[in-house]
Amino acid sequence: MEGRPEEKTGIHGWGVYVPRYRLPMSEIARVWGWAPEQASGLGMKEKAVAGPDEDSVTMGYEAARNALRRASIEASRVGAVFFGTESKPYAVKPSATIIAEALGITPATMASDLEFACRAASEGLRALIGMVASGLIEYGLVVGSDTAQANPGDVLEFTASSGAVAYIIGPREGAVAHFEGSYTYVTDTPDFWRRAHQPYPLHGEGFTGEPAYFHHIENAVKGLLAELGLKPSDFDYAVFHQPNGKFPLRIARRLGIPKEKVLPGLVTPVIGNTYNASALLGLARVLDIAKPGDRILVAPFGSGAGSDAYSIVVTDAIEERRGLAPLFDDYLERRKEIDYATYAKFRGILNVIK
Amino acid sequence: MSMDLSVPETWRVKGPLYRLEAARCKTCGRIHYPPMPACPYCGSRDLERVTLPSEGVLESYSVVYAVPEGSRHKAPVLLGLVRLGRVRVVAEITDADPSELRTGMEVEAVLRRIRSDREAGIIRYGVMFRPKLKGGSRGG
Ligand SMILES: [Zn+2]
Repeated sequence: MEGRPEEKTGIHGWGVYVPRYRLPMSEIARVWGWAPEQASGLGMKEKAVAGPDEDSVTMGYEAARNALRRASIEASRVGAVFFGTESKPYAVKPSATIIAEALGITPATMASDLEFACRAASEGLRALIGMVASGLIEYGLVVGSDTAQANPGDVLEFTASSGAVAYIIGPREGAVAHFEGSYTYVTDTPDFWRRAHQPYPLHGEGFTGEPAYFHHIENAVKGLLAELGLKPSDFDYAVFHQPNGKFPLRIARRLGIPKEKVLPGLVTPVIGNTYNASALLGLARVLDIAKPGDRILVAPFGSGAGSDAYSIVVTDAIEERRGLAPLFDDYLERRKEIDYATYAKFRGILNVIK
Repeated sequence: MSMDLSVPETWRVKGPLYRLEAARCKTCGRIHYPPMPACPYCGSRDLERVTLPSEGVLESYSVVYAVPEGSRHKAPVLLGLVRLGRVRVVAEITDADPSELRTGMEVEAVLRRIRSDREAGIIRYGVMFRPKLKGGSRGG
């Protein structure tokens, strides 16, 4: 061991949540007059839609509950709760305290909401690694959850979806997977934003690809590989932020990673881009199927812009924990198709006097 | 600024609403949900907090079309009588169409938005029940 802080830490529990409702891409194309092939060009089949009584807190709570069950630890041993989202139910009032209280983690804990477009939860994850490695906390909970917004009729509407993921981070001992290293790459790049009081985000069209997504992920991954002395071929799985079904395959190709290593963790084509969950939800799907000894590359991305790359190695403990909570595929199979009108009502797109 | 939802009340009921906290009468053994300061059966004030199981059975339900103001977006509201071990609780059933409900079906607790106070007031989160997730038996 070289004594990297990451190596002292690992994942003790993972948990996901995908809402039951699905909006087929054909519905969006029908209502807004898109070309029928628009969605397939994005590699999309359908997207998950949160129900009328759901928001990022309720979805994040369920993912966190699943993660806590897998970790099999007392909730009170969690010393920090980070909630990454760009769809906070309250603009001011932490969501993290609601989740922490409902799980029985309060009161002796840190708790806060983080914002960095789709990458806030990943920042929370890396912060927890440092906090656990330093001994400041024993365990930490990070939640990524979004009911992603898109201006109705915008191309973003094909992908912006709802879902959540959560991880319990703790010491390397007893972890289902341990960290080998992590690397963060951020710059000031205005590829996507939402101004205060605006209901929907705007984006820089083509600008979201090359100078934002590809540049940051590529550099985060290359930085990680250089630090660890690893090659792309050393990894059994690779999971990237997935704003659509195509970008992750393209960045993999650029990094020399075959598509077969990406597809198991590519969940956006069937549930949409869950923003703060996205790549971390893909990682959860991989943990659902991974074997001890597998090495996983994970690189979330957030607009604005930045990417983190992590190297994670699965341990023997994964087999006994996997069955303690529902798998991604269990949620995927729970599927109720809805039309655009129902989606509009559920997601508050209709203007109603309250 | 008048508000529809009382902030102190929302704060006070978070134990029962978030974590299914109930009160067990140490004199007669009955369990009350939501918890009460005194047992309505034997009058005892010697009660202890217990947590109800998060999985149960739907014993009865009704489909409410004439919903209260503020609930039209989730109409019809499904109200269920759910047996959790020795206790029956009344709560909303979610993630189900009326045609999917059956008495005797297994349900599990989830946290949902029970009510929100118009655009600017407080959001009340609390327990609802949904048909048990397939694969959810993996959970405890
Ligand atoms: Zn009594």
